[in-house]
Amino acid sequence: MNEAQPAVPVTPAPHALAAADYKSDIKPVWCPGCGDFGVVNALTKALAKMALEPRNVAVVSGIGCSSRIPAYLSSYGFHGVHGRALAAGTGLKIARPDLTVIVTGGDGDGYSIGGNHFLHACRRNVDMTYIVMDNRVYGMTKGQPSPTTEPDWDSKLSPEGTGLREFQPMVVALASGANFIARAFTGDPNALADVIVQAVRHPGFSFVEVLSPCVTFRPEQKEWKKIVRSDALRPTADVSRAARRMLRDTGFELGVLYAGERPAYAPRGPRATRPVADLEARFEL
Amino acid sequence: MSARTGSAARRRLPRTVQEFMAYAYAMEVEAAERYAELADQMSTHHNREVSELFAKLARIEGKHRDQILAKMGWTSPPETAVFRWETPEGAETTDYGELHYLMQPYHALKLAEHNEQRAADFFARFAAAGLPADVRAAATEMAEEEREHVRLIQQWLARVEPPSPGWDEDPDPPAVAD
Repeated sequence: MNEAQPAVPVTPAPHALAAADYKSDIKPVWCPGCGDFGVVNALTKALAKMALEPRNVAVVSGIGCSSRIPAYLSSYGFHGVHGRALAAGTGLKIARPDLTVIVTGGDGDGYSIGGNHFLHACRRNVDMTYIVMDNRVYGMTKGQPSPTTEPDWDSKLSPEGTGLREFQPMVVALASGANFIARAFTGDPNALADVIVQAVRHPGFSFVEVLSPCVTFRPEQKEWKKIVRSDALRPTADVSRAARRMLRDTGFELGVLYAGERPAYAPRGPRATRPVADLEARFEL
Repeated sequence: MSARTGSAARRRLPRTVQEFMAYAYAMEVEAAERYAELADQMSTHHNREVSELFAKLARIEGKHRDQILAKMGWTSPPETAVFRWETPEGAETTDYGELHYLMQPYHALKLAEHNEQRAADFFARFAAAGLPADVRAAATEMAEEEREHVRLIQQWLARVEPPSPGWDEDPDPPAVAD
């Protein structure tokens, strides 16, 4: 595994914080049994392990059940526009490279509405982490098939299934230039926390695909815990090897599939120094 | 069977009572925190009865956690972040996926019974492993404590009405798609 330091050193908390210190007072409204609870658990453990101060962390999300996460954390958060979380996160990281930027969302937000931003976030390789909670369904809008839904998933809203091939996020991320690609499962929050730590510490754009069951619209996903294969993967920096691995992938092997060595994006030229108020005045109607 | 070190390649069993009890402590901490989370989930979904039960279980596990501290004479919690369970989570930790918003106290107690039994089995395996005698003695004592918890939960279960068929039927379900 590449243990390189992040492109921008992070400021550790002056005193040790527990995982619970990274939670806000707002209680999640997700359905009991939702996989996304495991992501909050893992994310707060990861932040505690890295001893990051909440004020030095920004969690940016789009729209969907999983995109509610920023409200449940004590760090800075931005619950943004559908599919545009990566665009907002990229801007934030460029403007404030001192922050640890973590972008979160679901499969619909990230791979459909935000699909184009996903491609270019991988390509740009800005030093941030993207966590996608993939439950293969649009849960918030009551169960429509998403890009990762199996073609034969039969439901009221997709009788006999869509017949469409699933989107392949890992392969797309690799082909587009993501520097770190991993898969984890919410049923193992401790392992997920370890993967998040690796992802945040790895330079460049880190992509973590998280299998996160939707117990309401996809109750059959409760069986995922029986079919995931923990520690099935070891990281490789070899793109060809990673590609072969992903093409053979069943979607349930967990671990780091790829840890590349591309340098993180570094802005060229002079930094903007004009205050935002000046820009606002310039564009005032 | 046991907890493992931060590196999956360096699995090892506890060689001292201090180390073994740190595992026991970590298990109680994780269980208490999870029950508290589950109480919050049930509260959010207006299932007050089960929320209160999970909150009570969280307090009980918190008491067990504090008893370990007192028994070991530890003035601060032991370092528990250096290892991971071989199972996804500790033996006493409820899987998030086991919840249902209409669940009843009976279901919650069945989960607790399952957790306590797993904890008893976990410690019993330490007691039977080739470990130093003092560690095996501590494991035997912990296993017996967990068996006692199983018995207490079973007594509690006997006082709770089992759910009737169709307990999870909701005339106004959240999953309506038409």
